[in-house]
Amino acid sequence: MPRQAGRSLRRLESHAKVTGTVEYVHNLELPGMLHGKIFRSTVPHARLARVDVAAARTAPGVEQVITGQDVLSIIPDPYYGPAFHDQPILALEKVRFAGEPVAIVLAADPYVAQAALDLIEVEYEELPAVYDEVEAAQDGAPLVHEKLRPGSMFADLIHVRPRSGSNVHVDYRVRRGDVEEAFRASDRVFEDTFHTPAVAAAPLEPLVTVAEPGGSRPLTIHSATQNPSFVRGELARLLGWPENRVRVRTAFLGGGFGGKQYIKLEALAATSTLLAQRPVKISLTMDEQFVTITRHASTIRMKTGVSADGRILARECEIWWNGGAYADIGPRVTQKAGFTSAGPYDIDNVSIDSYAVYTNLPPAGALRGFGVPQVNWAHETQADRIARELGMDPLEFRLKNLLRNGRPQASGTILQDSGTEEVTREVASEMRWPEPLDRGTDTARRGRGVALAIKAGVTPTTSVAIVTLAGDGSCTVYAGTVDVGQGSQTVLAQIAAEGLALGAEEVRVIHPDTDATPYDMGSVGSRSTFHMGLAIQGATEQISRQLIEMAAPVLGADVAELELYDGSVVARGRGDAEISFRELMATRFGKNTGTLVGSGSFTASYDTPDADTGQSDDVAVFWMVGAVGAEVTVDTETGKVTVQRLVNVADVGKAINPLLVSTQLSGGALLQFGYAMSEEMHFDEGQLVNSGLAQYKIPTMLDMPKSVEVVLVEVPHRNGPLGAKGMGETGTLAVSAAIGNAVFDALGVQVKELPLTPERVLRAIRAGAGRPLED
Amino acid sequence: MQALRRCFHIYGARESCGQGICGTCTVIVNGRAVSGCLYLAVLADGTEVVTVEGLSAGGRLHPVQEAFISCSAFQCGFCTPGMILMSTQLLEENPDPTDQQIRHYLSGNLCRCGAYPEILQAVKTAAQTLASRKQGKEIPSQQGGGISI
Repeated sequence: MPRQAGRSLRRLESHAKVTGTVEYVHNLELPGMLHGKIFRSTVPHARLARVDVAAARTAPGVEQVITGQDVLSIIPDPYYGPAFHDQPILALEKVRFAGEPVAIVLAADPYVAQAALDLIEVEYEELPAVYDEVEAAQDGAPLVHEKLRPGSMFADLIHVRPRSGSNVHVDYRVRRGDVEEAFRASDRVFEDTFHTPAVAAAPLEPLVTVAEPGGSRPLTIHSATQNPSFVRGELARLLGWPENRVRVRTAFLGGGFGGKQYIKLEALAATSTLLAQRPVKISLTMDEQFVTITRHASTIRMKTGVSADGRILARECEIWWNGGAYADIGPRVTQKAGFTSAGPYDIDNVSIDSYAVYTNLPPAGALRGFGVPQVNWAHETQADRIARELGMDPLEFRLKNLLRNGRPQASGTILQDSGTEEVTREVASEMRWPEPLDRGTDTARRGRGVALAIKAGVTPTTSVAIVTLAGDGSCTVYAGTVDVGQGSQTVLAQIAAEGLALGAEEVRVIHPDTDATPYDMGSVGSRSTFHMGLAIQGATEQISRQLIEMAAPVLGADVAELELYDGSVVARGRGDAEISFRELMATRFGKNTGTLVGSGSFTASYDTPDADTGQSDDVAVFWMVGAVGAEVTVDTETGKVTVQRLVNVADVGKAINPLLVSTQLSGGALLQFGYAMSEEMHFDEGQLVNSGLAQYKIPTMLDMPKSVEVVLVEVPHRNGPLGAKGMGETGTLAVSAAIGNAVFDALGVQVKELPLTPERVLRAIRAGAGRPLED
Repeated sequence: MQALRRCFHIYGARESCGQGICGTCTVIVNGRAVSGCLYLAVLADGTEVVTVEGLSAGGRLHPVQEAFISCSAFQCGFCTPGMILMSTQLLEENPDPTDQQIRHYLSGNLCRCGAYPEILQAVKTAAQTLASRKQGKEIPSQQGGGISI
């Protein structure tokens, strides 16, 4: 039996995916099912003076119309969310963004429900609104929420300090050393302000939830969610029910990228089905998905003091996160991206202030990187400016300041088992740095850039797994990990197979179903292989032990001599002493009967950071580090940037499936490539003017870089399953800055705002030449 | 596309953008790829409609499907049926496309997981397989009596 870890196994569901038969909630139809269509606010901030649904209720074919007031009849306190309980299932006294759900129409025919939306009349008393994250953070800005509603579901968010009377709802800080003193001691001080816009996750399967009423059975939610266990807990809390009366299950997801995290449509679907007492499906359009969740726009002020020889002495970061109208997971973004915002550098004096700010825009959440791609844009773009102004090579500047194992990160947690140095050297080698580059022509200038990345794996979180062996010796894994496309079902099968000496193809991993699969925090933050992998290892160890104990008397061997091999228990060095799992099960339970059950769990350790200084001994379950190199050509007459090469180097600890790891890294890079080059949500007075794929440009095959390369670095993690660490976001983090730095290298002028559209680049070229374009 | 789902209960064509831009709803009507989300069922009356389900009729995968598996040319799989149908049509029109021709032809099919490099590889792999199969057919027939196909 070959080792299962390290095999480049194709996704086990490959056949179903290429024949179109794979299961998505998108396809689910239930007998008697109604379709829900949502009436959304047309204004960004207003009191609801009147919501008149009478005409819609009597429209032919309409079964029911539900408003915020109707929700109160079954859920008296209908506010949900992973960090704050601030989002009403349907708007109550006021609406806080254009696109907020106000009412839902239920009908057997989705087109009937859609048409009835036109019969709903809402009178708004408009309120002053605020859209910019920095303006919203000022005293006297219009208040999006008069009252704050912090939640309590996640241990890492318990210590975030909500602020009242301000749109700043989380004010997270890190203090290390004495930045003021270090700035005075610095030879040069650099200060820049960077900006990133709101962008969309836009998974091709838009958000979808189907709910079935409870009655004597549990309330059942079929949902394209990345967090089934969280959804169950949150629905139980809202309804005041025990968790065991709520069942949440998923199928394969048609992408997620963070856009399907925590709770989205599930509370509205649950309310609808409970009021209608029929199954209800809410399936968003792509346009609706755009106003449901975004990635935070951000403004980042970064001030850095360096010595003349290029050592960073102090760094001060101030970050405003545009959270939109509801917190969603913004507080975790604020904290997680906050504490690595000084970058993968060894800096003695660091001051970080990271503010989660409410505005009258659609809510923002985590999108592949929990805010790190935004802060990375800042620290890696500034790194190149500093290096250039000091006359240093940008790679040498980074190596000189690099955070290495054994040294404290800004939070005080010691970096360990991380290949910061390895990924930097590898990207240099791949980019043939610092060999001279062909600089192109006057109108087609060429340049290259690198950027480094660091992100902390979220902690403390828990995964629990159950593994069973059936009477015929076949193995099933009950894991709450959601396969959003990353291939987790395959990798988890490999981990279980490795533990039981089976082929991964023989193992079945079932989809999350909270009636069967135990708790898992969710498929977020690159955590599944590490956390669920360890839980599965615990479970397979239990089964392995049981099998060996069962086999010892049968084979007349000591347990110490026995091991698992290719579906059998064998005695080492005794070729004849062997019994298959199937035969062994028969000796214990009878032929083809019985089940062996193993369970395992993993909860990462955590040291709650000090509230005033953010210092902690243990704030990362693992560190994700990577490096990206880019080569570009810039057309100086149009500002168009063409990426010739995009090289992604990531420390993955141990690639349990090198093929899936590589494709996940390049896929993550191409997602961020879109955010770097073209993607930007445009708001006009709070109205999104480019929702949907017709007006919001995501990369096509024609746009992708000429060459997309991935290099795996394996610095094993001491606690990881087989040495693995999370990597689902690693390939995403530093892409924008690497491309931006290549543009800087090509042109000698820097762009501090994303995306790098031709207009923005051309404006920078012309401003740099003293001939700025008119607005 | 609604007719395929509601009347025929086949789900390979999927609605995503709803605007005929993303290509996840691609089906082939009388030999031409169309956006299923914008193509009225009434227009398909009397035509031959091929969906991804029809490619592997008889239980054997089409070489394009095989190549998508061997090259791992998908992650979530949502765009895959549309990608495969469009690739099939490309290879019928142009059995030996260049990278740039593949990129151009498939630019109306979006993949948000970013499997584009693997999809490019899969199309080239399928082109090779189809070419070698064609050759394989030609050789015995030429030996048998000089009939070329």
